[in-house]
Amino acid sequence: MKAFTFERAKTPAEAAAAAARNPGAKFIAGGTNLLDLMKLQIETPTHLIDVNGLGLDKIEATEDDGLRIGALVRNTDLAADDRVRRNYGVLSRALVAGASGQLRNMATTAGNLLQRTRCPYFYDTYQPCNKRQPGSGCGAIGGFSRQHAVMGVSDACIATHPSDMAVAMRVLDATVETIRPDGSKRKIPIAEFHRLPGNEPHIDTVLIPGELITAVTLPKPVGGKQSYLKVRDRASFAFALISIAAIIQPDGTGRVAVGGVAHKPWRVEEAESEMPRGAKAVVARLLAGAKPTPENAFKVKLVERALASVLAEAKGA
Amino acid sequence: MNADENSDQNRSRGDEEILRKGPEEIGATRRAFIVQVGGCASGVLAWQLIRQPELIAQEASPPAFTGPGAKMKISFKVNGKPRDLELDTRTTLLDALREHLHLTGSKKGCDQGQCGACTVMVGGRRIVSCLSLAVMHQGDEITTIEGLGTPQDLHPMQAAFVKHDGFQCGYCTPGQICSAVAMLGEVTAGIPSHVTTDLTAKPKLTPEELRERMSGNICRCGAYSNIAEAITEVAGRTA
Repeated sequence: MKAFTFERAKTPAEAAAAAARNPGAKFIAGGTNLLDLMKLQIETPTHLIDVNGLGLDKIEATEDDGLRIGALVRNTDLAADDRVRRNYGVLSRALVAGASGQLRNMATTAGNLLQRTRCPYFYDTYQPCNKRQPGSGCGAIGGFSRQHAVMGVSDACIATHPSDMAVAMRVLDATVETIRPDGSKRKIPIAEFHRLPGNEPHIDTVLIPGELITAVTLPKPVGGKQSYLKVRDRASFAFALISIAAIIQPDGTGRVAVGGVAHKPWRVEEAESEMPRGAKAVVARLLAGAKPTPENAFKVKLVERALASVLAEAKGA
Repeated sequence: MNADENSDQNRSRGDEEILRKGPEEIGATRRAFIVQVGGCASGVLAWQLIRQPELIAQEASPPAFTGPGAKMKISFKVNGKPRDLELDTRTTLLDALREHLHLTGSKKGCDQGQCGACTVMVGGRRIVSCLSLAVMHQGDEITTIEGLGTPQDLHPMQAAFVKHDGFQCGYCTPGQICSAVAMLGEVTAGIPSHVTTDLTAKPKLTPEELRERMSGNICRCGAYSNIAEAITEVAGRTA
């Protein structure tokens, strides 16, 4: 691990300003992904700003009957919150589908959104990776790509975003609230928060340097049968091959977002008009223009079958 | 091994030393020797698995030792006892416990949060101490396996692991036990899991729930069935 200095911030504004003062700085909350990457020297911050003391660990009702989730709410606490379990079941389900009990006790809401890809070529510093080292090439293209993206890929990167929580946030139309180093605040719809790789796969999100997530808000509950189906190589403590976050209404309409297929949670609202016609019709539009590799072409069919399963279960319930 | 230094640094320097001199010349303690040989062997294995011959020539040398880092004072309680340390900021909570406080019950397995051997409780909640910096724990109350029970006065979970033979080599055991104790608290607190059928009901510790909730603790010897029996017995007593 490279050496770094460390400070504990007291307010969100102070934390954002401290990040602006130290160009090599990073925020640390749970640390479960950042420290792992620092040990491998994939992340090499020269200064860490501990944001755990900012008091952003509450879940509160918003004025329009939604929920404001503090950036530091731990994954365990968010999954266990009564309001989330009752009204946003897909979020609770997605959270407990991820990581292990220990990691969920540490990982935060904001940190979960900001975690980096688990692409093995990103993690292996002896391999080329445009995300880790811009311009070095992509080992996954033409390499072992079974886990990789089929949608929104570029010639520079086919990595996926690893989060389960973010897929549920996407289907729930969440909004990310931030504060910038100049003290100004903004609200970013989750759909616009993560970027596609394009020619700059080293930039995962639209956040500017030093911008700090303070909360994620959920709109008023939409009801429906909410589910999160995660398909993976082992039954627990593994990243998704693909996942389906769905909200299905009694009349057969609904919403669906997919994980494990792109550099961001994948949702195409227009495809949802096909929901009453079944999984095949939805996926034909949701994954239209898919660019799989020979190793991950199965993901397109897998999404269709997983969605069919979710729809059948919603109908039966 | 100098306990004042970060163990990651020791490991990389230990590797270099071993390659230069050979282990017999180092005169290390048993523990330091194992750490050095282990680090060296895993490095060689990784080399063979990953390297492709055409890449070797053009590749940069592995990251060098980065020199002394910033130091910081930190105070927390470990097993009820106040502790004041001055540590390199890079020191993980696990290394602070093992290398600085010499509480070697918590084990370093993968050092990347995947095996659970380093599980301790902070404020009663289980975490993997390898993925947390010591300096992030100012004022925290930390419980390690040494704080749960003693050989003369075992914690019920420790006694149950002994009774049911819930281990073979024992390396994962302190983490398994800390994890299990905190996990039962999570069930009592009503925290749902991936296999909880009804999100709005209070979860019960079925065999399926137990296995899912303990999936962050790997046992390479495969003592899982006995571990499950030990935890089930304690859960039945405390329910």
